[in-house]
Amino acid sequence: MLDARGSVNNLRGAPLGQRSFHMANIFAVFYRSSVGKKIIVAITGVILILFVIGHLLGNLQIFIGPDWINGYSQHLHDLGPLLWLIRAFLFIAVVFHIYLTILLAIENRRARPEPYIDKRYVKADFASRHMVMSGLIVLAFIAYHLAHFSFRKTDPRFALLKPDPLGHYDVYSMMVYGFQNYFVSGFYLLGLFLLALHLSHGSSSFFQSLGLNDKKMTPRLALAGRIFAWLLFAGYTSIPVAILLGLIKPAQQL
Amino acid sequence: MNFKLRIWRQPNRKSPGKLADYEVLDISPNTSFLEMLDILNETLLGRGDEPIAFESDCREGICGTCSLTINGEAHGPDHPGAVCELYMRKFRDGATITVEPFRVGSFPIVKDLVIERSALDRIVQAGGFISARTGSAPEANSIPVAKHNADLAMEAAACIGCGACAAACPNGSAMLFTSAKVSHLALLPQGHPERESRVLKMVQVMDAEGFGNCTNTYECEAVCPAEISASFIAKLNREYARAVLQRSAGE
Amino acid sequence: MIGSFDAKIPPGPLAQKWRSHRDHSRLVSPNNRRKLEIIVVGSGLAGGSAAATLGELGYRVKCFCFQDSPRRAHSIAAQGGINAAKNYQNDGDSVYRLFYDTIKGGDFRSREANVYRLAEIANNIIDQCVAQGVPFAREYSGYLANRSFGGAQVSRTFYARGQTGQQLLLGCYQALCRQIAAGTVRMFPQTEMLDLVIVDRQAKGIITRSLRSGNIERHAADAVVLASGGYGNVYYLSTNARGSNVTATYRAYKRGALFANPSFTQIHPTCIPVSGEHQSKLTLMSESLRNDGRVWVPKRKEDREKAPGEIHDADRDYYLERKYPSYGNLAPRDISSRAAKEVCDEGRGVGPGGRGVYLDFADAIKRLGEETIRERYGNLFEVYEKITGEDAYKVPMRIYPAVHYTMGGLWVDYDLMSNVPGLFVIGEANFSDHGANRLGASALMQGLADGYFVLPNTLPNYLASQMGKRPSPDSPEFLQAEQDVRAKIDRLLKINGTRSLDSFHRELGLLLWEKCGMSRHEKGLREALQKIPELRQEFWRDVRVLGMNEDFNQSLERAGRVADFLEFAELMCKDALERDESAGAHFREEHQTSDGEALRDDERHAAVFAWEFGGDGQPPKLHREPLRFETVHLTQRSYK
Repeated sequence: MLDARGSVNNLRGAPLGQRSFHMANIFAVFYRSSVGKKIIVAITGVILILFVIGHLLGNLQIFIGPDWINGYSQHLHDLGPLLWLIRAFLFIAVVFHIYLTILLAIENRRARPEPYIDKRYVKADFASRHMVMSGLIVLAFIAYHLAHFSFRKTDPRFALLKPDPLGHYDVYSMMVYGFQNYFVSGFYLLGLFLLALHLSHGSSSFFQSLGLNDKKMTPRLALAGRIFAWLLFAGYTSIPVAILLGLIKPAQQL
Repeated sequence: MNFKLRIWRQPNRKSPGKLADYEVLDISPNTSFLEMLDILNETLLGRGDEPIAFESDCREGICGTCSLTINGEAHGPDHPGAVCELYMRKFRDGATITVEPFRVGSFPIVKDLVIERSALDRIVQAGGFISARTGSAPEANSIPVAKHNADLAMEAAACIGCGACAAACPNGSAMLFTSAKVSHLALLPQGHPERESRVLKMVQVMDAEGFGNCTNTYECEAVCPAEISASFIAKLNREYARAVLQRSAGE
Repeated sequence: MIGSFDAKIPPGPLAQKWRSHRDHSRLVSPNNRRKLEIIVVGSGLAGGSAAATLGELGYRVKCFCFQDSPRRAHSIAAQGGINAAKNYQNDGDSVYRLFYDTIKGGDFRSREANVYRLAEIANNIIDQCVAQGVPFAREYSGYLANRSFGGAQVSRTFYARGQTGQQLLLGCYQALCRQIAAGTVRMFPQTEMLDLVIVDRQAKGIITRSLRSGNIERHAADAVVLASGGYGNVYYLSTNARGSNVTATYRAYKRGALFANPSFTQIHPTCIPVSGEHQSKLTLMSESLRNDGRVWVPKRKEDREKAPGEIHDADRDYYLERKYPSYGNLAPRDISSRAAKEVCDEGRGVGPGGRGVYLDFADAIKRLGEETIRERYGNLFEVYEKITGEDAYKVPMRIYPAVHYTMGGLWVDYDLMSNVPGLFVIGEANFSDHGANRLGASALMQGLADGYFVLPNTLPNYLASQMGKRPSPDSPEFLQAEQDVRAKIDRLLKINGTRSLDSFHRELGLLLWEKCGMSRHEKGLREALQKIPELRQEFWRDVRVLGMNEDFNQSLERAGRVADFLEFAELMCKDALERDESAGAHFREEHQTSDGEALRDDERHAAVFAWEFGGDGQPPKLHREPLRFETVHLTQRSYK
């Protein structure tokens, strides 16, 4: 039986006034708090969004011709240690982004031990309610993507490609051969769809988490975020689609 | 009008509960939802069955006592408004209506549809006030407050403390509740001396109470009977970041 | 009688009384305050502000409320505003005018000294609330805005949209939360006071029942403060919250505290009319609506059924403007309510059952624009639409009077102490400041004045002599009181009859509304006095209360309250019968002027009627406290 007496006065047993608020290390407080975690998720999210934009701009060079994209790839490789620094930075961002969201998701599940029998959402859309799901599938996709195009472990043909006339690795042809496979392209489309779903919420949501919006801006940002996410989707998918439609052909024959 | 009802019955906090089926007949469309439950309870009483426990007090949408989830929506389908402002004319004749309590781990069920919400009180106790000793106040007009800020503070202060935000949130987060109080007091010059410690402490207690985390789904503002905007959550996040920066900068 | 029946009005000129009283009152030093325990029953504007302030002063406070949080007390529902004579509008307001308006509005049935103190303190309340962060409405300059309100010719009402009560209560709830966190106040939510314990002819504790668990507890203290609100729910349908009740004050009355002017009940003119028989409460539309709305009914009965838009201006009777040209739609509540009843009795009422009058905003919208009206009253219009399904921007609202506030309450002296030493009563629970009728925007003022400023200054006057006198909660008086409470609960649970609680309550309410409502007459009152005991007997024979005590048992909790209402109603009717005059809200049909206004009898009845419990089944004993008016001149109230 629940006695109401202590319940308003006490927080987990101790009267609030005597309960010391351990604010000594403000960064620890920040990191442990729900709001702090969200802010870190938002900042790492922004970093990843910037990467996604940059990556797309690089890839779209495929439409200009093999020299462009192969040269771009070579430039990146020429950065040497700096490239590894950027990769490490992105990796840390990904780790934090995922680790904290999973932590938050576990807490969220605990916050409602007994679920509703009947639940209807008025405003929360599918994307916003399934960020962890979409995020984790995107993670699996990224792992495959890295193995596929960065480490080139999945397709033995990629090792057979000859350097292009300028002496660069032929990224152009690699992509074309890679995407000519329907299964591969299909998986990319699915991965990109979930990425877009993830970003359709995430790319406006970070404004909220960082406190950068107000009542008027929120709906506009939400719309802009959705448009942004699906533009990214269109941009990224244009490459495999163009290849499958035969609009882009390999620069060399195997 | 006639309705089929599926209502959550649970004898006490520890025993398991389940949905029970009832039927009410011949209800006037001008009956409020709670009055319909009153009628059902009269019938149950007449049969010698235990009436359904549910809470309400002012029955005009301001005290925040009533706390029902109807057909999966906190406070029912007629947003914005509390359950007590919901009228049967909003339902189809013959409809089946599911009634559950607000389900959040931090709001344990007392009996049937009655929940215990003292967690919200404790969040306010952590710092949701301005420490103005009675008698120490200066002349009221000595500090002008820009009308825009005063109006915005009023919008935030309109929160009725019902907990629907947490009940509707897919994560069981009480951020809208907490942010409304933080924003109300941060928007007024009177609230500035305690601005940083207030937001830090209130968030700390909110987390300790076991509420979930905000993932910006905005479900809370959609069901809020006082139409508190989720942009106050952005304001809370801003206040929090500001407080952390201020603290980390030291003196 | 326990204690003394002396108002203890301080000597000296009216404007100096409060100051000189404080100058000469006894004090309790800070290190002694923490040895003193004070019980506060109720956490509304009066109880909440008192508990917070007393805690802040260093007393050990226990605060009880039946709601699940102190923030839900019914003060929260007050809409319109709070008065103060700041004279920010430069329209000639002053403390004296606020005092005069209040005492005149109360039809000269309140004490000059109390009302003057209230008017003086009102300014401090505004200062205090602004400092706490209450978001009062402001002008573009950033300074506080005011509006006018019923019964006054100046704009002195401060407001926070249509939610002033909510904002003031939250301010005081937050102050209370600060003290709870500091450990000076212990809060007991969902706990109901069921008896007052008197030890050595002094109030020294209460018996409570936890509504959650049914636990019955004894609490001893050095003083008991009742802030349990009004008893409007005796009428069943009222604008009060469902839980509002008379139990705390009535049980104190049964332990020897005097009950003053119980028949002074205010009927609010602007409520949403009753729509059906299962209605559980009436909803108030703030009186501030009368600032911009015009009240009318059709001139001819035949137009009653017509849509309001089809009735030409010439065929409308703006009866308040016609009868009271200088106050017009802002005539005081009792007058406006009776005027509405009158036109409806003539058969010109509108809406279902002909019990309603129009409150029309068409002119105001034309003059100020819909946006301005929306800004001023937006939330009220929304509430109206929710309940009635009508859009008041397009069609006029329909309103009708409803029971709203009770001026009567436990008798208190100038220190707000009842005749029982150690029992203090504040806010709506006491009788003190509103006489026979309360003016708009003054309930919030009185609640906060009592809690923030009066009680903390008068309580030490009693406590100074009480050091070390707190009895043990295990003393025989406490054990006896607990036994009485348990016996009453057992009795209720054992009846196991056939009729529901609500059916009794509804029947009682209807009877009172007809016989002791907006207007009363001797014959009706005598009939009521005969019927109430019969109904009570039937209640104790045939009511059905299920379940047991040791549980969250809402039927049991209500049963106790209805049982008290059934006794209290009799006291109300008795008081109404005894007060053989019309005064303010108490309108005896036998006593009216030729044009139907209330006719006082200052010779015989310029007095407070204080009733002493005579024992079960025995008639109560009447004590009269004559009201002396040294400053104001008694006039026939005129709002023409």
